[in-house]
Amino acid sequence: MARIITFREAVNEALLQEMERDPKVIAMGEDVIGGSGAKGEMDAWGGPFGFTKGLYGKFGDRIMDTPITESAFIGAAVGAAVCGMRPVAELMYIDFMGVCFDQIFNQAAKFKYMFGGKAETPVVIRTSIGAGLRAASHHSQSLYPIFTHIPGLKVVVPSSPYEAKGLLIQAVRDNDPVIFCEHKSLHYIQEDVPEGSYAIPFGEANIVRDGGDVTIVAFGLMVQKSMEAASKLAKEGIQCEVIDPRTTSPLDLETIVESVEKTGYLVVVDESNPRCSMAADISAQVSDQAFGSLRGPVKMVTAPHCPPPFSDVLEDLYIPSPNKITEAIRSLK
Amino acid sequence: MNLNETQLLQAYRKMRQIRAFEDRVHEEFATGEIPGFVHLYAGEEASAVGFCMHLTDEDRIASTHRGHGHCIAKGVEINGMMSEIYGRRNGICAGKGGSMHIADLEKGMMGANGIVGAGPPLICGAGLAAKFQKNGAVAVAFVGDGASNQGTTMESLNLASVWNLPCIFVAENNGYAEATSSTWSVSCENIADRAAAFGMPGVVVDGHDFFAVYEVAGEAIKRAREGGGPSLIECKLNRFYGHFEGDAQKYRLKDEVKNLKQSNDCLKKFADKVLDQGLLNKKHLAEIDELVAEEIDFAVNHAKSSEKPNSADLLTDVYVNYP
Repeated sequence: MARIITFREAVNEALLQEMERDPKVIAMGEDVIGGSGAKGEMDAWGGPFGFTKGLYGKFGDRIMDTPITESAFIGAAVGAAVCGMRPVAELMYIDFMGVCFDQIFNQAAKFKYMFGGKAETPVVIRTSIGAGLRAASHHSQSLYPIFTHIPGLKVVVPSSPYEAKGLLIQAVRDNDPVIFCEHKSLHYIQEDVPEGSYAIPFGEANIVRDGGDVTIVAFGLMVQKSMEAASKLAKEGIQCEVIDPRTTSPLDLETIVESVEKTGYLVVVDESNPRCSMAADISAQVSDQAFGSLRGPVKMVTAPHCPPPFSDVLEDLYIPSPNKITEAIRSLK
Repeated sequence: MNLNETQLLQAYRKMRQIRAFEDRVHEEFATGEIPGFVHLYAGEEASAVGFCMHLTDEDRIASTHRGHGHCIAKGVEINGMMSEIYGRRNGICAGKGGSMHIADLEKGMMGANGIVGAGPPLICGAGLAAKFQKNGAVAVAFVGDGASNQGTTMESLNLASVWNLPCIFVAENNGYAEATSSTWSVSCENIADRAAAFGMPGVVVDGHDFFAVYEVAGEAIKRAREGGGPSLIECKLNRFYGHFEGDAQKYRLKDEVKNLKQSNDCLKKFADKVLDQGLLNKKHLAEIDELVAEEIDFAVNHAKSSEKPNSADLLTDVYVNYP
C-alpha cells in the first residue's frame, strides 16, 4: 500500500531510523532542537525547516543545538567523526559554507590521505540548496560543484522523497565525509516512500525515464523539471532519457556514456552557475569518452553567470525551467 | 612536587628528544635534503611535555604547523616521524603528509595542521566524542599566539563552554606569529585574559618552566576530566629558530635568540632544578642525552635509506571506498 510522505518527512525518518540503529549517530546544528535555554518549549522548531522535529524527544542529548558558530560546530562534527562518532550536522544553507569551509575541504576531506590512510571521517553535513524562494543571493545558491571539486568528499543531490531517504541512510553509514544537498523547492513534495529502512548506493545513477532520442542528465530539483520537459517533448515525438546521477561525487559516468551512445545527444541540466559546474564537467567527460557517438553539440542548461537575484521577475529568469530545457533539445533536432 | 624519579626522567627524555630532533632537522634541512616547509619547536618543549605527561593514548590533542614537539610528547614514534619529514613511504603518514600533517590517531594525536586555528574546532569534536564515549578522556588544542586571534579559536572557546566540553586550549605564545609580534597582534595583555569572555578559567604560565606548566596543566586536565569544563592556558615561551626553516629572522634583535638560549632554555632550567634539588644526578641526564643522540642519528639514517612512495601510491587512501 502506498504511503505518501514529504521530502522533509523522509529525511526525518532516515535520521530517526539511523539514530535508532546506531548509538554512534549524533545530530547537531543551529536550532535543530530549537528552544535550548529559552523559557518556552524545547523542540520548538526541530530545525529551521522542521527536518529534525521530534528527534529530541526520542534521543535527548544525542541531538544538540549549537550557537550560530558554523566553523566551530562543523569542525566539532568533523573532529568527533575522527574520534569514533558518526555525526550528522545540519548547516542551514549551503551559502553559509564559506564561514566553515576550511573544516570541510582542508580537514575532513584530507585526513585520510594526509594521514597515510589511517583516519576515517564519517561525517554527514546536511544543507539546503537552490533558488525559488525569493531568498536572494545568500540563501539560494546551488554550490555542490565546489564540493565535487574536492577529492575526499562525497556529494549527494537527492531529487525526491524516496531518493532522499535512501541516500541519507547511505550517507550516515558511509565512512567518508558526505555533503548532502537538499533542494528547498523539494521540501514539501510528496511521494510513496517505504516505511522500512533502505540504503541507495552512491555512484549508481537512476534512469528516471527511458528514451532513445536524447539524454538529459539532471540533479535535484532539475530532475523534476526535466521530467516535465520530457513529457512535453514526448507529445512531439521526441523521447528523452532522463538520468539522475544522485551523487555528483562519485559520478556514474558509465550510465551517462551508455545512454549517449544510444541517443547521440546530451543535455545537462544544472541549477548551479555554469562555469566549472556539473554541466561543464559532464560535458567535458562525455566529449572525451563518447565523442564518436555524439551527433550534435552537448547542451548545458544552467543558471546564468550571476548571483541569484531577489526580484521574482529576475529569479524566474535565473532558474532553469522546463521551457529552457525543451528549447535546448529542440535546437538539437 | 608530585613527580617521582621515573616521571622526571621521562619528562627530561621527552624534552631532550624534541630538542635533539629539531636541532637535527635544522641541520639536515640546511643540506637541502629535507623537502618542503618545516617549522621547528625548539625552545618550547616544556609546554608540549608539561601537558602531554598528564595524557593517555585515549586523550586527544590537535597541533599546529609547528607540531613535531607535540607529536613526540604524545608518543608518536620518532623513526616514523623522521621518515615522514623526508617524504618516505614508511613515514607515519606514508609520505603523504610531511612535517605539517604528522598524525597518529592511535596515540591520540589528531594531526599537526597547515591551517592556523584549525585545531580548536576539531578538539571540540574530540571532547564531544569523549563525552559520548564516557571514557573520561580529555582533548587538548595547542595553538600559537597567531591562532589565538583566529575566529575559529574564539568560536571554539565559546562552544566548548556552552557544551561544557572536557577541552583544554593551550595558547603557546612564542612572541611571534610568523614575523609579527604578539605584543602588537594580540589586543589584550595576555591571551589568557580572553578566557573571562568565554566563562572559563584563564591562566598564564611561564612556558620555560616545565614544573610550572606541569602543575597548571594538571589542574586544568583534572577539572576537565571531572566534568568541570574547558580552560584556556597561555604558555609564554620562545622559539629558538625562525618561523620556518630559511627565515632570516630580521624582525628579531641581533642577539635575541642567543640571549634567550642563555636565560630561558627550558631544558637548562629543568636540569638546574633537578640537580640543585638532588632529584636526579648528572649521570642520569648525560645518559639520556647520549641515548637520545643515538635515537635521532638512527632516525635520520633510517629515513635517508628508506624508499620513497611509488606511483601506485598517488591515488590510494583518498576515500575509504569510491566506486
